[in-house]
Amino acid sequence: MAGRKGIFLLALLLVLVIIFSTGMGYIKISTLDVVKIIIARFYNDGHLLRGISNIFPYVIWEVRLPRILTSAIVGSGLSIAGVIFQGILLNPLADPYTLGISAGAAFGASIALILNISFLGMYSVPLFAFMGAVATLVVVMALSSSGGSVSSNNLILAGIIVAAILSAGISFIKYVADEQVSVIIFWLMGSFGSKGWPDVFLTFAFVLIGFGICIFFARDLNIMSLGDRSAFSLGVNTNRIRMTLLVTASLITAVCVAVSGIIGFVGLIIPHLMRFFVGPDSRKLLPASALTGAILLLSADTITRAVLPTEVPIGVLTALIGGPFFCYIFMKRRGVAGNV
Amino acid sequence: MFEGPVFELEEVGFSYGEVTALDGVSLRISPACFWGVVGPNGCGKTTLFDLLARINVPATGTISYLGRDIRGYSRKELAREIALVPQDFYINFSFTVREIVLMGRYPHIPRFAPPAARDLDVVDEIMELLKIDGFKDKYITELSGGERQRVVFARALAQETPVLLLDEGTSNMDIQYTLNLLDMVAHKVEAGKMTAIAVFHNINMAATYCRKLAFMKSGKVVLQGNTDEVLNEQSIREIFGIDCHVYFDDYVGARQVAFRRNRKL
Repeated sequence: MAGRKGIFLLALLLVLVIIFSTGMGYIKISTLDVVKIIIARFYNDGHLLRGISNIFPYVIWEVRLPRILTSAIVGSGLSIAGVIFQGILLNPLADPYTLGISAGAAFGASIALILNISFLGMYSVPLFAFMGAVATLVVVMALSSSGGSVSSNNLILAGIIVAAILSAGISFIKYVADEQVSVIIFWLMGSFGSKGWPDVFLTFAFVLIGFGICIFFARDLNIMSLGDRSAFSLGVNTNRIRMTLLVTASLITAVCVAVSGIIGFVGLIIPHLMRFFVGPDSRKLLPASALTGAILLLSADTITRAVLPTEVPIGVLTALIGGPFFCYIFMKRRGVAGNV
Repeated sequence: MFEGPVFELEEVGFSYGEVTALDGVSLRISPACFWGVVGPNGCGKTTLFDLLARINVPATGTISYLGRDIRGYSRKELAREIALVPQDFYINFSFTVREIVLMGRYPHIPRFAPPAARDLDVVDEIMELLKIDGFKDKYITELSGGERQRVVFARALAQETPVLLLDEGTSNMDIQYTLNLLDMVAHKVEAGKMTAIAVFHNINMAATYCRKLAFMKSGKVVLQGNTDEVLNEQSIREIFGIDCHVYFDDYVGARQVAFRRNRKL
């Protein structure tokens, strides 16, 4: 029951962080006004807006909330994917990018940027990034599977090989890109600037469905940490579940990367951090990581958007905030939990 | 209630790609019997166990479990029938001992249901029997190899299956716990509650506990039968290519094998 209480508190904290960060920014809006504007929208009640500047609802609804929600959802998605990758690869050092998904997305985005592909307007780059990520996943799976089963080591190795090739490709694109090189580099570092509602809905749909699939198989994921043979003898079809979860987590990652660029650290650290608090049981770890990832990435994005004098790439900031915090927890817990 | 053999293997073959691992294995495992499987490294013992637990299915031949083709069972059904203690017991995540043992109950617990009172009772009882309740809240990652293996053993027993497969399930334990665990298994077998099949490297341990032995070599079962009959100097020489002395030991109450060093090398 303590687990459920913790989840509830985290969810509450997330809502509070969303509300507070909505008020923060170049134009300060009081928390009370934020709440009023949101409620007014939901209940279509104009009276609540009396005495509030006309541009506030626009700022909140069209500019800030989409960005805030996207960053929270992406943080959540990357953390879920991190839990799954670490679980199925039986490797606590794995993260959503271990299989080269990020390199694939980056390669796709670089191509779109250098060729100035814009037939889909502002969604051209995300679409190419997504296609790059999915293509990479297909290649990595084909490389590492034999006879319907995939081994963790083969997956990691195939991921590293494919990522290395793609990285070389990206370097080459940067080399020939000339003036556009800064655009590519900036995209690679990740950003939530100018996100709209379509981004919110798209990521939300993927992450929510993905989370549902992951939580459905969470118990099997626990058993799979005993090793394949034990898991089989406990009635778990490890091959099928590994494939299902791999594809699910990869698609979550692909859509996150496509929308926001490459944001490191979250997918690696959040699952670790949460394992300290709730243990390795995926049934608790998944929801706890999803909520904490959302809170962390949203907080980081709010700091870069509203607190710092100039916007720092979000990927840089997550590492700068999360890193020292993780070090602190790691030092404190190392003695207790042994080899985590 | 089915009266025939628990397992019936007919001309079972299996290969990994080009490499033949099992070749024409036929066996009848009768209920409430403790079988020992003995043979040199790489002779196909683990492959055989993988087929019995249906981790793999035979390439040729058939395996029946309780008179029905083993492929006709769902994985969940089999998990309530056959438990496996595997050779490797490395676990990378810091689950507690109790959580690991409780995983043995998963085949009995619906997916989203919490464990029932009976599940928790079984887990507590088995942890006490195996003397691991002293560290039930410790993390599996901080235990020694032998302790970890006892936890994995407990997990298989918690499955409460009528069949137990031990693939060198006691290899890392000290003699006290080895005897403790094998006694427990033998006790259940003699009470008619369990059929056990175990791979042994220690032939004397196999002879002490198993009523029946199967000798394997190069993917074949070359000799099988009652321990009193098949365990002799000739069979050991044939299987392992070594000289030995086989005698009936009154203290043990079974045949034993004595070896001596080769001074000529």
